[in-house]
Amino acid sequence: MPIQLKNVSFIYSPGTPFERQALRGVDLTIADGEFVGIIGQTGSGKSTLVQLLNGLLKPTQGTVTVGEITTTDKGVRLRPLRQSVGLVFQFAEHQLFAETVAADIAFGPLNQGVAPDEAAARVDEALLTVGLPLEMKERSPFELSGGQMRRVAIAGVLAMRPRVLILDEPAAGLDPRGRDDVLARISALHRERSITVILVSHSMEDVARLVNRLVVMHEGGILHDGSPREVFRHAENLATIGLGVPQATEVLRRLRLAGWSVPAVALTLEEARQFIVAAWRERGGGA
Amino acid sequence: MGVPSIIEIKGLHHVYRGHDGDTYALGGVDIHIDEGEFVAIIGRNGSGKSTLAKHLNAILLPTEGHVLVMGMDTQDARLLWSIRQTVGMVFQNPDNQIVATVIDEDVAFGPENLGVPTPEIAKRVDAALKQVNMLPYRNHAPHLLSGGQKQRVAIAGVLAMHPKLLVLDEATAMLDPVGRAEVIDTILALRSAAKMTTVLITHHMDEAVLAHRVIAMDEGRVVTTGTPAEVFSQPELLESLGLDVPLAAKLAKELQRSGLPLPDGILTAAQLVNALCQSN
Repeated sequence: MPIQLKNVSFIYSPGTPFERQALRGVDLTIADGEFVGIIGQTGSGKSTLVQLLNGLLKPTQGTVTVGEITTTDKGVRLRPLRQSVGLVFQFAEHQLFAETVAADIAFGPLNQGVAPDEAAARVDEALLTVGLPLEMKERSPFELSGGQMRRVAIAGVLAMRPRVLILDEPAAGLDPRGRDDVLARISALHRERSITVILVSHSMEDVARLVNRLVVMHEGGILHDGSPREVFRHAENLATIGLGVPQATEVLRRLRLAGWSVPAVALTLEEARQFIVAAWRERGGGA
Repeated sequence: MGVPSIIEIKGLHHVYRGHDGDTYALGGVDIHIDEGEFVAIIGRNGSGKSTLAKHLNAILLPTEGHVLVMGMDTQDARLLWSIRQTVGMVFQNPDNQIVATVIDEDVAFGPENLGVPTPEIAKRVDAALKQVNMLPYRNHAPHLLSGGQKQRVAIAGVLAMHPKLLVLDEATAMLDPVGRAEVIDTILALRSAAKMTTVLITHHMDEAVLAHRVIAMDEGRVVTTGTPAEVFSQPELLESLGLDVPLAAKLAKELQRSGLPLPDGILTAAQLVNALCQSN
């Protein structure tokens, strides 16, 4: 299901003293099956943008079209849109509420009118997808660790079988292993099910490793849109809007300033290692 | 005896009693923290870090062993308020820590509860807000602040009680990079201006690197402790604990393996680039 935003603006509380323009004339097309990262400072418009995609918000101006549905059409039914676009909010575990893990995950599909048997099957499938054991089903979600709770919350969205999965900072606050694990699951989900994944993140390391395309938001508009390698070439530009580059790229940037001839961008540690070893030999190191 | 350590933990065990049986959170921890030290505690979720933090100001009491705060045993109920005043805690969620509707009232809450006279409270609130660089916001409502600003107000609330030790339990975990930088800069400013003894519990290795001493925990025990350079030069050990090593440290190790003559103990991009430039 392709996503198209045409000249989208959004204003919070228009006509009041709290009026604030969150998006200004945004054009963005996301094709089926893309893995897109969205980065930008708090207040840059990222969260507003993703809430427009499943109809939680409607544009003040312009149109948002997901598949066949344009959210501002007269008499539009948003229910099918909410089924196909799954949104995992930041600290999603704060929204867990049911007495058991199974009941929490089944809540979405049951609400959509899925039969109880089918919902139960989806609970199992979603738990396996996020890497939690089925024995966990009857436990209270509130007795689990932070990382496990986060995964239960993601499973609750997956059980609705979304075609587009949007995650707002899915790894924030987790320990390094929990973080790697959640992100690896999301990456596998994208590969194996070819659903569209949109990842909102503050971590340059994570987007560098995971996404095919990176959208940089600034003051309600799109500042850069390209592959991570293209976008991270603009380190100085990103720094002026309070964003960094991956650590591997930062090391290369500093080496270039010191006169080394290394490429501008490395997305992984291994890439940086190869570039540095080659440049070091070229400079006569180890000779 | 000379000056007592700010914190002295001896053979600390902690067991949470639950419906489904007991959970052993701490299994024999011994730690000293001296005045003026900056200690980072790292460890995966469930390693016992936060349980340990809650022992530092008697929110939890030992199942076995002792925790002494400037010589005061946390198990002595008569000392509870002195202990709470000595050790100030800042927690993870910026929205759970602010109690008043105006910033300066929030900061005044602690000293008011301690029975500090009103004119003195006003002085303390001013000084504390100045220390975290939030004085211009004194009449603002908390809900309009950013996450980083809220955590700085929470720190000010603790400072107004004139603590000897500041404990931050994953205080940056819910913040964006700008908010994190604000809180870390505040901690570093307190360190350089007031030599505030600080315990920083964190999942961010780039924050732990700033401390004098790093304590790595796993399964309720201290696994290793030392300077950041000592601790982060053991990537295999840290990985086995589910922890990360700063990328510059990992890259330096890999470059050493590729034959580049780099010194040990590199932790940051700046140090790595300096060392590389000196290597040829």
